[in-house]
Amino acid sequence: MPEATPSDSTTESQNGVQIDLISGSRMEGLRSMEKIRLILDGVRDGNIVILEEGLSPDEESKLIEVTMTEISPDEFSGIEIESYPHEEAADQSFLDRLMGRESTKKLTVIGPANQIETLHKDDQLISALVSRK
Amino acid sequence: MGLLTNLRDSVSRVTDRLFASDDPKRIGIYGPPNAGKTTLANRIARDWTGDAIGPESHVPHETRRARRKEGVDIERNGRSVTIDIVDTPGVATKVDYKEFLDHDIEKDDAIRRSREATEGVAEAMHWLREDVDGVIYVLDSTTDPFTQVNTMLIGIIESRDLPVLIFANKIDLDEADIKRVADAFPQHETVPLSALEGDNMDEVYDKIAEYFG
Repeated sequence: MPEATPSDSTTESQNGVQIDLISGSRMEGLRSMEKIRLILDGVRDGNIVILEEGLSPDEESKLIEVTMTEISPDEFSGIEIESYPHEEAADQSFLDRLMGRESTKKLTVIGPANQIETLHKDDQLISALVSRK
Repeated sequence: MGLLTNLRDSVSRVTDRLFASDDPKRIGIYGPPNAGKTTLANRIARDWTGDAIGPESHVPHETRRARRKEGVDIERNGRSVTIDIVDTPGVATKVDYKEFLDHDIEKDDAIRRSREATEGVAEAMHWLREDVDGVIYVLDSTTDPFTQVNTMLIGIIESRDLPVLIFANKIDLDEADIKRVADAFPQHETVPLSALEGDNMDEVYDKIAEYFG
């Protein structure tokens, strides 16, 4: 059976806001650009994408870069992204850092910039207002 | 990425820095829009070379291309350090041309500016991943530093093991809160300054020499 994609279930989204909660294990098997494509395709459809385990710093950098290339007047103005603060590497060994094994497990919320507004954020709570298109 | 590839990249980064220690370091000036990056870049360039780098403006995304000033010699404590300054566009995750309309800019010009701004931010991210040896991260000390863009950018810089200095700019303004900036990123040294007024530039140059020399 083919693996379901978040966009398979968008038929009802005209009446509300679709939220895709993507597990860490789902993202683990994807290449960086596949992750970015998955996120941006969802966001450009007006969905709110919630990643259980977030992206690595390098992937975040590429997400910003690709987002910039896709911004288009009156169509797509970019993304709003929020995650809990990066837990500093207190629990990471020097070897982990040397090998690039960065801890990236941080719940991350991403949505279209014109539909999601962060109301409050601290190290334990992200509160966001989501509107329809 | 495989274990061996990671190890090879890490070793390569360390050896590159060791063996290139005499070359001028490319120092990227990063931060959100309107933090005063170009004002700082111009201040440094004027103080040490007599030339400016680019136009300053209160309109966000005035800098839409990374601009470079090569061979800036900074003399501190009897020795000289040479850096190349790269003034980068303010990093954001969204650019809406309508924001430019609030600054009395016509729609066509606003759309052109927003397009250039998006290209500039993408370029800045590319520089950060590939082409800088150290980072000056400039924050407006009158605004909340605890934003997602700042957190992500600092995380990206840390993941690349780049030396970074946090500059809390605009301390000449009454609303400036240096402690708030320092508390947001306690793992890095924060230097207060006013690039516009030239306040505390001695410490700025001491720290640049110490971190990037």
